[in-house]
Amino acid sequence: MNEKQHVILSVLVANHFGVLMRVSSLFTRRGYNIDSLTVGETNNPEFSRMTITTTVDEDTKEQIVKQLSKIYDVKKIKVMVRENTIEKELMLIKISITNDTRTEIMNAINLYMGKIVDLTPDTVTIEITAEQAKLNDFVKYLEPYGIIELCRTGITAIGRGNDKIFSLE
Amino acid sequence: MKHTGSEILIETLIEQGVDTVFGYPGGNVLKIYDELYKTNKIKHITTSHEQGACHAADGYARSTGKVGVVIATSGPGATNLVTGIATAALDSTPLVAICGNVSTSALGKDSFQEVDIMGVTLPLTKHNYIVKHIQELADTIREAFLIAKSGRCGPVLIDIPQDVQFDVCDFKKKDIVSPIPAPIPSDEDITRAVEMINFSKRPFIYSGGGVVLSGACNELVKLSEEIDAPVGTSMMGLTSIPRKHENFVGMTGMHGRYAATNSMMNSDLIIACGTRFSDRATGNKAKFAANIPILHIDIDQSEINKNIKATHSLVGDLKYILPKLIDGANKQKKPLWHNEIQQYKEFEASKVVPQPDVMTPKNIIEEIQKYTKDDTVIVTDVGQHQMWTTQFYDFIKPRTLLTSGGLGTMGFGLGAAVGASIASGGKTVVLITGDGSFHMNMIELATAVEHKLPIKIFIINNNALGMVKQWQSIFYDNRFSCTLQHKKTDFILAAKAFGAKGFKAENIEELHSYIKEAFSSNEVCVVDCHISSDECVLPMIPPNGSISDIIM
Repeated sequence: MNEKQHVILSVLVANHFGVLMRVSSLFTRRGYNIDSLTVGETNNPEFSRMTITTTVDEDTKEQIVKQLSKIYDVKKIKVMVRENTIEKELMLIKISITNDTRTEIMNAINLYMGKIVDLTPDTVTIEITAEQAKLNDFVKYLEPYGIIELCRTGITAIGRGNDKIFSLE
Repeated sequence: MKHTGSEILIETLIEQGVDTVFGYPGGNVLKIYDELYKTNKIKHITTSHEQGACHAADGYARSTGKVGVVIATSGPGATNLVTGIATAALDSTPLVAICGNVSTSALGKDSFQEVDIMGVTLPLTKHNYIVKHIQELADTIREAFLIAKSGRCGPVLIDIPQDVQFDVCDFKKKDIVSPIPAPIPSDEDITRAVEMINFSKRPFIYSGGGVVLSGACNELVKLSEEIDAPVGTSMMGLTSIPRKHENFVGMTGMHGRYAATNSMMNSDLIIACGTRFSDRATGNKAKFAANIPILHIDIDQSEINKNIKATHSLVGDLKYILPKLIDGANKQKKPLWHNEIQQYKEFEASKVVPQPDVMTPKNIIEEIQKYTKDDTVIVTDVGQHQMWTTQFYDFIKPRTLLTSGGLGTMGFGLGAAVGASIASGGKTVVLITGDGSFHMNMIELATAVEHKLPIKIFIINNNALGMVKQWQSIFYDNRFSCTLQHKKTDFILAAKAFGAKGFKAENIEELHSYIKEAFSSNEVCVVDCHISSDECVLPMIPPNGSISDIIM
């Protein structure tokens, strides 16, 4: 019961100044770890939607949800059910290339369904959107070629089918 | 008709029923103070320091249940409120703090007296605001009051930049909105709670500050009488049941009564009402009530399972829930259980050392009690004197003990006493303090004297930072690092310098005569009561300990 689990929280918040600070401050103050946090405006500009991922036990998960719901700007919280959730992350990754490695890397990009967004004689920058595990695999595969830099957005997630988790007032 | 931001602020405060505010003027609240000057509907109490103003607003709120209001200028004025806001937050006091700030165009430039007080107080408030548009001001203030007094009460801060105080817009009065309703537990949950109570042969009611805040003290006492359960309290819950009630067993926890903690640990059901199971109340959480079912009732759902796992919980207002439990519960006497509790009480009584007729904390507090009424507000600071007050004073009515329980703020007392005395319309308020705590904020004597508040201050003076010293004696092998006071303060001269009366009581005869004199005076009186610095607060359960570790 109290083993640590990977948890995705979808949080609807008022699109107010300072709300990101309120949420992140809560995690810091109460000692909850954030694996990733993404935030963006929804189709209703009054609200933003945050996707927060964290690795915690059941008790801590319960506390996070309860504590989050005490923040006045937090309107709704949903613990996403993994099987019924589409979760994606975007990564930009810059790799060194040489004449010798160019073909191999191109093949890998195709295989992982990445997209080249910038190409120079000695670098290639790839945009790739996928589940987190696939991105991890991709990074691991590319490591031997020399990763110059990479950045990831963190997971954003939405329920499948008609699983509409928030009705926007 | 167009109104300025400061007019809107004052009008909205009046609309919210505010007639008293505490505060301190300054550069970025000049416009607000100009409006206060023009109105006769709001009384402003200027303290010596913003911290005192915040504690006063807190004391005003604690003693009345109304929302306390404090105003401070930007920068240092605002940061001086911080300890007061945190004190209010940890004890769930409804408070609205209003700060000025530099003009919106000067924000973020490290302007003179600029501080991001919203950022600073973000983790300490229930909610906070910076109002950058005049159109949002009135509704923001209304929302602040609503949040402060809804559900679990707490402090809310509103930061108002100077230009917004000058800007103009339309303003219309609105009716006060009643607090956001508390959750209502389902019938099934109530039924299950009632079943637990009826199944229990040795129930124990553990009453916290939430009972006082919710105004459910009568209901709590009634439940205890109906199911014949003993009641132990946290420090914040002390005034939820009259001390002399036959079912009252005492405060539990670190400096609680042996009978209370022992009854709790030998019960077969803990009915915890309006409490967060603070570490000071539970000691070692793993050993706390390990095999005892817990029925936890609180208005804040996040308190359920936060510190102690509940077997069953009800989230909502005790004022609503307790009558439901009373309705369903079997009215049954439990003589066996009470016989057992009686034995704990007798054991405890056998350990009490008879007090010689000398200056001991117990004698001092019992002597003070001879002059107070059931509804006299007793305020404390933090430390040994605070524990002695909670141990020896017989509280009768709710909201008659104002003490910083959660944050443990030394220096809270005098400001809070000023607030309580103002709120009572000039009734006698008693402050029991220590020489350490009183040193921190004695400057508020000036406020008490200015407003002719009949506050009676008793300094339990052991010339030491007694509680810390006690810990050093028990856990640090008597290495009294920085706790033996070598200050030469003459509290009598200090009292006189502020315009108060001062008395020095070094023996029991002086004590009797000066306490009598203090209570027969209408003035602010300071009685400096000297005790031995070796006095300890007992019993004591060491931090992270359990009842088996109790030092009697």
